[in-house]
Parts: sequence; structure tokens; C-alpha cells
Amino acid sequence: MSEVTPTEPRRLATDARDRVRFEEEALELADQVYRVARRLVGSREEAEDLMQETYARAFRSWRSYTPGTNLRAWLLRILTNLNIDRGRRKQRSPDLQPLEEGDYFLYNRLEESSREPRSDQDAVVDRLSQDDVVSALSSVPHDFRDVIVLVDIGDFTYHDAAQILDIPIGTVMSRLHRGRRILKTALADQAVGG
Amino acid sequence: MEFDELCDKCEEWMQPYLDRELDESERAEAEKHLEGCGYCRKRYRFEESLRSFVRQVCSEEMPPELKQKLAALRTPL
Repeated sequence: MSEVTPTEPRRLATDARDRVRFEEEALELADQVYRVARRLVGSREEAEDLMQETYARAFRSWRSYTPGTNLRAWLLRILTNLNIDRGRRKQRSPDLQPLEEGDYFLYNRLEESSREPRSDQDAVVDRLSQDDVVSALSSVPHDFRDVIVLVDIGDFTYHDAAQILDIPIGTVMSRLHRGRRILKTALADQAVGG
Repeated sequence: MEFDELCDKCEEWMQPYLDRELDESERAEAEKHLEGCGYCRKRYRFEESLRSFVRQVCSEEMPPELKQKLAALRTPL
């Protein structure tokens, strides 16, 4: 004869409470997750579809989330995996030419092209439109762009970005370096002409 | 002329510095150099302002109806 104990209903109640809490916390982060998602893909529609798939999966697999760990990174990991599954082709990395100029190159280039003295901040913002920046970012190849979006727009650490993308931290750093260089070259071309 | 070997080092450190990924001693060394070097300081400020501009113009708000769709995916009680 099976023994009926009060532990089962109690367990179910705890389970339901944990799930509700998880879902609420995940939804509170949706704005931040969307900001990253929007720049990982090409259109608003794609970003919306990806968000819905991500949240549907997250709500189904909430038990695999470890409470107390970074939930935003956990959601983004699901999202980036789904994005790759959705048929984003693995691009061949562009030929990696050595970076001959250092990280000051964009400033130096803008300074050389400037005919009149002006403040540094104004020089950037005045010469670049929102469309310039969005189109420059979308011209960066996926592998590099993913890292830039996670670190610069999502404000993730190198460590979190490495976990989200399942790549070594050294790869995060080298892609970030290379990706920012590609982005800044595109911005420089738009700001001062190629 | 201000440009010297420390400027080279500071240029290498610019990205991890702004990403808050330098260790404490490197950060302190970079800040000490930046205090006395206008050449590097201007370039750090420029990079910081460029990043903040990129972040600002690339941040798009989530459409409110999407939030409702996501909430509708919750497990029914």
C-alpha cells in the first residue's frame, strides 16, 4: 500500500513558487535582453521572434537555471544558441591582417582630417549619425559583432561573454579587439571619407 | 614631447581599462600616466565618448506589445 505523505503537496507548492519567481525575474530582464538581441540580428521582427523563442525555452527549462547565478547571461546564452540554430551560417572569419596601427588610430585620423579646432567629443558625435553607427555595427562580421554587442551594449564582462558564447576568454578578447577595429574603421570612413 | 614608451603601454591598455578588465596594479599605473599625459588622456576620453555614443544610438527599446507576448508565455498557474 502506498503511503500518502504531506511532503508531495509541499514540494509541488515550493516548485510552483520557485517557478513563478523565476518567470518574474526573467521578465524583468526582458528589456535588457532585447537591447542585445536587437543588435545581434538584422531586423526588429527577427529580434522579436528570437525573444519569444528564448523566453518559451527559458520558461520550459527553468529548472536548469541555478538560482543566484547571472540570469541575464543565462538567458542570453539560450538566445545566442537559438540564433545560431536558426540558420545563421557560420561565417568564415575574414582574413586577419596584422593590425598595423594601434588603438589610437581613429582619434589620430579624425584629428588629422580636422581643419578647425573643436572638442574631441563634439568631433565624434557631430560627424556621425545614428544610421552611420547602426550600419557600421551591422557591417561587422557576426563572430566579432556578437562579442562587441555583449560587451559594449550588454555591458557583460569578458568572462560572461565567454560563457554565453561558449568560447575561451582569450578568443573574446581577440574578437573584441579585432571587431572594434573593424567598427572604428567603418566609422572613420563615414566620418572623414574612405 | 610627451610620447614615450609609457604611451605605447597606455595605448595597449585602453580597451581593457575602459572595459574595467585591468588588474589593480595595471589600472593604477595607467591612471598615473593619464594624469600627466594629455596626449593619452585625450585619446581615452575620445574612446569613452565614442563608446557611449555607440551604446546610446544602438540601444533600442523593447516594443511594449512584445513584453505582453513574453508574459503570455508564462506557465499558467
